[in-house]
Amino acid sequence: MLLEYIAIAVMIAVATLIAFIAIGLGELLGPKKKSEAKSMPYESGMNPYGEGTRRMPVRFYLVAVLFILFDIEVVFFLPWAIVFRQLGIFGLIEMIIFIVILLVGYVYAWKKGALEWE
Amino acid sequence: MTQLDFQTLLPLTILTVWACVLLIVDLFIPKNRKGITAVLAALGLAVTLSFTILQIGRENSGYSGMVVLDGFSTFVNALILVSGLLGIALAYGYVKRMGLERGEYYTLLLFSVVGMMLMAQAADLIVVFIALELLSIPLYVLAAFSRTSAESEEAGIKYFLLGAFATGFVVYGTALVFGATGTTSLVGIVGSASNGTSSLLLTIGAALILVGFGFKVAAVPFHMWTPDVYQGAPTSVTAFMAAGAKIAGFAALLRVFATAFPTLATDLTDILWALSAVTMILGNVVAISQTNIKRMLAYSSIAHAGYILMAFVPYGNKDIMPISIAAGLFYLVSYVFTNFGAWGVVIALEKSEGKGLEIGDYAGLGRKYPALAAAMTVFMLSLIGLPPTLGLVGKFYLFRAVIAGGYTGLAIIGVVTSLVSAYYYLRVVVTMYMKDGEPTTEREPMLDFTTAFTAIVTVVVSLVPQWLFLLASNAVLKLF
Amino acid sequence: MTVDLILFLILALVSVSTALGMLLSRNTVYSALFLVLNFVTVAVFYLLLGAPFIAMAQVTVYAGAIMVLFLFVIMLLGTEVLPASNILPWQKPLAGGLAAVLAVEAIYLLLVRARSVAQVTSPDVAINSMDNLREMGKVLFSTYLLPFEVTSILLLVAMVGAIVLTKKEKA
Repeated sequence: MLLEYIAIAVMIAVATLIAFIAIGLGELLGPKKKSEAKSMPYESGMNPYGEGTRRMPVRFYLVAVLFILFDIEVVFFLPWAIVFRQLGIFGLIEMIIFIVILLVGYVYAWKKGALEWE
Repeated sequence: MTQLDFQTLLPLTILTVWACVLLIVDLFIPKNRKGITAVLAALGLAVTLSFTILQIGRENSGYSGMVVLDGFSTFVNALILVSGLLGIALAYGYVKRMGLERGEYYTLLLFSVVGMMLMAQAADLIVVFIALELLSIPLYVLAAFSRTSAESEEAGIKYFLLGAFATGFVVYGTALVFGATGTTSLVGIVGSASNGTSSLLLTIGAALILVGFGFKVAAVPFHMWTPDVYQGAPTSVTAFMAAGAKIAGFAALLRVFATAFPTLATDLTDILWALSAVTMILGNVVAISQTNIKRMLAYSSIAHAGYILMAFVPYGNKDIMPISIAAGLFYLVSYVFTNFGAWGVVIALEKSEGKGLEIGDYAGLGRKYPALAAAMTVFMLSLIGLPPTLGLVGKFYLFRAVIAGGYTGLAIIGVVTSLVSAYYYLRVVVTMYMKDGEPTTEREPMLDFTTAFTAIVTVVVSLVPQWLFLLASNAVLKLF
Repeated sequence: MTVDLILFLILALVSVSTALGMLLSRNTVYSALFLVLNFVTVAVFYLLLGAPFIAMAQVTVYAGAIMVLFLFVIMLLGTEVLPASNILPWQKPLAGGLAAVLAVEAIYLLLVRARSVAQVTSPDVAINSMDNLREMGKVLFSTYLLPFEVTSILLLVAMVGAIVLTKKEKA
C-alpha cells in the first residue's frame, strides 16, 4: 500500500537533490574572497549595532492564530468534498452550519479590526 | 439528524445560537453601555434554563449516541445555568468598577456554559474531550481578562499551560481506552470491558482520564495552579470558575466512571479514596496559614473537591451508587450557592489594584455592615458544615453515603478535616465581629441581591432539604 | 512487511533524535525546526498505519500552521537563545532518574504483563487511500457530526479569545 506514495517520496528526493546541487555548485564554482566588510550584515550602509534578532510585535501572533483556525477549517473541507455526493443535501446543511459559525468569528474579527495592520 | 437528536440538545443549541448572535450584537452596543450585553446574556441563560426545566423526565440519546439526555444531565445543566446567572450577576457591577467591562466577558461566559452543559450530556469520550476544551478555553481567557494586571496575566497563562497539559492527559487516556476496547462510546466501553477483554490498558487509560479531571476540579496532587489562578483572576471570574468548572468536571467524572468503568472499581476505588483523603487534608491544612481571602477560598475550594470526591469512592457498588451520586449532586448544589455568596462578599469589599483582600480588611464589618457580615457568617458556617446551612446537610448526606459503602475511615477524615477548617473559617467571622476597623464596601444592587439570595437559599433550603435530595436522587444516570 | 519494519525503524530513529534535538537545543528557533522535522516523521508514521488523511492534516496543521505560530511566539518573546542557566541544578538528574524508572516500567509491562493486554486487532481499514478517506468522511459527517459541529464553536471561541487578549480596545 505504501507504493502509492512512491511518487511523493521520489519527488521529495529529487527536490532535496536539486537543492543540494544548486548550493553545492555555487560552493564549488564560485570565487571565495572573504573580507570583513563582506561578512558584515547589510544595514543601509550604517554600521550594524545591537542584536540581529529583535522582538516582534504581538500583531503577528493574531495573524498566526487566525491562520491556524482557518487552516483547520480547510482541513475539514477535504473529506467533506470527497463524500459530498453521498451525503447529499444533508451534508451541505452540515457544512453550511459549520461555515456560518466560523463566519460569525470572521465578522467579529473584521469588526474588531483584527484584520487591519494598525 | 432527526427531531429526537435535536431535542436531546435543544437547550444547548439555543444557548449556542444565542451566544453567537450576542457576539455580533455586542459589536453594535456602545462601549459605555455593555450592561446591555450582560442583560442579554442573562436572558439567554434564563431562556435556556426554562427549556432545560421543560426537559425534566425526558430520557433519550442522540447524535448517534454521542450525547444523552437523562435526569442527571438535566439536573446538572440546570445547576450550571444557575451558576452562569449568578456569575453574570456578580460580574455586572464588578467589571465596570474594575475597568474590565467588555462585551466579550459575557459571550465567553456563555460559551463556557455551553461547554459545561455539553460535558454533562456527553456519552462519548470524544465529546467529553471537546466539551472540556470548550469550557476551558473561555475560562483561560477570562482569567487573563484584566490585561493591565500582571497577576491576571499570570493567572491566565498558568491556567492555560497547566490546563492544556491536563487535557493532554484526558486525550491520552481516551486513546488508551480506545486501544483497549476499540470504542470511545461510554456504553461501548462497558460492553467491551465486561466481555473480559484487557484490563491493563483500560486501567491506565481510566487513570489518565482521572488525572486530567483531577486537575479540572482541583484535587490534590493536581491542585498546584488553584491558589495562584484564583487569586490572580478577576474575582467575578474566580467565582464562576470555582463553581462551573467543578460542576462540569465532577459531572463528567461521575458519568464516565459510573457508566464506562464500573469494571475497574476494584482498582480505582483505592486511588479515589486516597485522592479524596489527601485533598481534604491538604486543602484544609494549608488554608489555615493564608491571610489573603482569595487564596484562603482557593484552598477551601480544593478541600471541597476532596469532599465531593468522596461520592466517587463507592462507585463500584451498585446499591450504594445511586445515593452516593445523589449526595454528590446535593453537595455540588450547596457548594455552588455558598461559593457564589462568599465570593460575592469578597467582591463587595475588594478595591482596585488588589486592595481589600486581606482577612484583616474585614475587621469591623459586623458593626458597620451587619447584613453583609451576617451573610458572610452564613457562608463560612456552610463551608465548615455547621447548622443552619446547606453545607451541613450536604456533608451529612455525603458521609452517610460513604459510611453505607463501608468507608468509615474516609468519613472520619472528612469530619476531622471539617473541624480543622472551622479554625480558618471562623477566624473570618471573629475578625468581622470582634476586631475594630473601618471597612468600606461597594453598594451595587445586583451584588447585594446575589449575596442576599444565596444566603437565603443556603439557610432556607437547609431547613427543608428533603425535596432537593429527592430531586438529586431522581437525577439518575441512564445508559442507552 | 519487512519493508514496513525497516521504514519504521528508520523513522523511529529519526523521530526520537529530532525530539531529543528539540529538547536539548539551546536555541529555541532550532528547537522549533527540530519539532517541524519531528511532526513530518510522525506524519509518515500515519501513512505507514494507513491513515493518509491524518498524515495530511499533521503536515498542514502541525508542521505548517502551528509551527508558524510557535516561531512567531518565540520571536515576539525575543528569547531565541536561552542562557545556559543553572536555575534548577537538580532537574536534570531527577528527570534522568524518572525517565529510567519509566523505561523500566514500560519494559516490564511490555515483556512481563503483555499477556494481560488484549490483542488489539487493526480495524478493517480500506487499503486504498481514496476509499479510506471516503470512509472517514462518511463517519465524520454522520456518526461524528456533533463533535464536528462543536469543533467550529471551539474555533470561534479560540478566535474571540485571541482577539480579546491581544487587540487594543478601540477608543
